[in-house]
Amino acid sequence: MLEIRNLHVEIDGKKILNGLDLVIRPGEVAAIMGPNGSGKSTLSYVIAGKEDYEITEGDILLNGQSILEMEANERAAAGIFLAFQYPLEIPGVATMTFLKAAMNAQRKARGESELSPGDFMKAVRGAAEKLGINPDMLKRPLNVGFSGGEKKRMEILQMSLLDPAYCILDETDSGLDIDALRIVAEGVNALRGAGRGMLVITHYQRLLDHIVPDVVHIMAKGRIVKSGGKELALELEKNGYADYVEAA
Amino acid sequence: MANVLPMRTPAETALIERFKAEQSSLPGAVEARAEAFARFEKSGLPSRRVEAYHYTDLRNLMREAAPAITARPEPRAPEKHHLLIENGVYLGGDAPEGILVLPLAEALREGRVALGAAMGAASDIVVDLNTALCRDGIYVRVDTVVEAPLFIGFAETLGNAASVMPRVVVEVAAGAALTLVELHAGPDGIAYQKNAVVELILGDGAKVEHIRINEGGDKALMLSTLAVKLGAEAELMSLGLVSGGEVSRHQVFVTYAGENAKIDLRGATMIKGRQHADNTLVVDHAVPNGVSRELFRNVIDDEAQGVFQGRIIVRPHAQKTDGQMASNAVLLSDGAGMANKPELEIFADDVVCAHGATSGALDENQLFYLMARGLPRSEAEALLVEAFLGETLDAVSNDGLREVLAERISRWLEARAR
Ligand SMILES: Nc1ncnc2c1ncn2[C@@H]1O[C@H](COP(=O)(O)OP(=O)(O)OP(=O)(O)O)[C@@H](O)[C@H]1O
Ligand SMILES: [Mg+2]
Repeated sequence: MLEIRNLHVEIDGKKILNGLDLVIRPGEVAAIMGPNGSGKSTLSYVIAGKEDYEITEGDILLNGQSILEMEANERAAAGIFLAFQYPLEIPGVATMTFLKAAMNAQRKARGESELSPGDFMKAVRGAAEKLGINPDMLKRPLNVGFSGGEKKRMEILQMSLLDPAYCILDETDSGLDIDALRIVAEGVNALRGAGRGMLVITHYQRLLDHIVPDVVHIMAKGRIVKSGGKELALELEKNGYADYVEAA
Repeated sequence: MANVLPMRTPAETALIERFKAEQSSLPGAVEARAEAFARFEKSGLPSRRVEAYHYTDLRNLMREAAPAITARPEPRAPEKHHLLIENGVYLGGDAPEGILVLPLAEALREGRVALGAAMGAASDIVVDLNTALCRDGIYVRVDTVVEAPLFIGFAETLGNAASVMPRVVVEVAAGAALTLVELHAGPDGIAYQKNAVVELILGDGAKVEHIRINEGGDKALMLSTLAVKLGAEAELMSLGLVSGGEVSRHQVFVTYAGENAKIDLRGATMIKGRQHADNTLVVDHAVPNGVSRELFRNVIDDEAQGVFQGRIIVRPHAQKTDGQMASNAVLLSDGAGMANKPELEIFADDVVCAHGATSGALDENQLFYLMARGLPRSEAEALLVEAFLGETLDAVSNDGLREVLAERISRWLEARAR
């Protein structure tokens, strides 16, 4: 279980998360919707272990253990994966080299042996094919010059290869065309179940037609202001955030 | 009476005495030596007040001159395509077919070769010292296209601080081609002083790839110079990989003697501890239509200090010169420093010249991205640094050599992670 308790977060003295409570159960797909600037990406960075933030109160627990003292790489090895809203470009590092380094680093942290080159290639080729990623792209420097949609697909490719316990998808649908949205959603759905928890951050009902959530949370001004079933997303689509923002 | 010269340092006095004692026994180049010595005697070792040495105050860094070596090293069985200069003495070796190799002393005595022919209008005291005092080295002449790389090992196997001043003169005839690799290595813990000069004279249309690896000892003062004269349409790529020496300064002087020549100068410097590494370039476009590219990358850890000085001169009639220079540094610690001094001296009006210099820490957002995928910080840093330095290797056309260089970069990073 991934549990966020009364989380207060500041950056440069500016309060961004304001007593946020959230639970993601194993096997559950939770969606977060909320207006621009409400703190959704901040929440995802804080869970993943980005250092710029000051946590003034609260805790984040993974299976009952606080992860606040863990480095980002330790959290990754413990099973947390963040698909970035804006994936970074890494010039000079071939995508393949990066994938191998990431997979082996996590295996090492868990006390497992390195993947053989054959097993690695097979895993990457298989996953790339499912996501419609051209193998030539894997030879290019990571994300450099990739289109918005290609970057998002690359995030899902990494997610499927790294086999995390909890996935946070920050606006993975933005920048995707209709076909890519379907392919990426299928990729995500294939990873559903098996006790894997997911937190899907999105602005659009459209994504939730493909990845049907178990619960929907509405976030405003740095906290969860309402939770409900998938119908909550439909209601938002109609009425917007105004009522919730005022109440927050 | 005005006292213009500061007091001589012990090093200056020792070098003057050394020249006077050795002058009569030095091979050939009598006039060139005397002139070079006169310049040194007049100005002494350059201090920070001399602009070109502002960041590397040689007068201060070299208070004492280490003694010359007299003992002759044992000859060794040559490795394939390797020539060996040990402790400043040429020990022979093996060269690929198509390359003529002579001991420099012999070539000088016979008057086959002059000293300083590749320096053009440039003048430099470190080169002058080598010219005055060099005793041995190699003369290389290439008249055809030679594919196999020629390696020159400059090995120091000294047991105590000593001074070595080897010189290599390479002539690549019109239309000929050569790949030349210099390997400089020496013992840690010994404050030896090295002043190596390589002159490269490229005939019209000649092509040279030159790689220099500085893995000198950790107490060494490593001074080195590459002086290049380019014929028309000649092409040179020169890459310097620096990880050795307590203080190092690598200078490159390039003179365009013919039109449409091209150079691509590159440097990959990795320093740590209290190392100081200076890369200084003077590129003199004396004729029209020259092309120059410079890409210098520095990775600086701990308290180490990097220096980049790049001067591009475009003479009044050197129209259509195209020069692009970049120096970038990654500082891996708060104590690390980098001085960047690009200079364009342009006296022609129809030219395209630009330079850019950056220096700063690794990008925290990139590091976080890599760490969020499971890479520990040190591994994430190594991946980014490897990519940063790796770009300088793109210009090396020999796959095997490029791998050797990449491996040396990885090794440095592994040692750092430990
Ligand atoms: N490094 C920073 N310095 C200052 N303010 C920041 C910083 N990072 C985020 N913020 C602010 O925190 C607030 C929340 O930003 P965040 O990116 O988490 O919002 P979001 O809900 O993801 O928005 P969007 O829907 O537009 O992606 C915003 O007001 C933003 O300007
Ligand atoms: Mg966001």
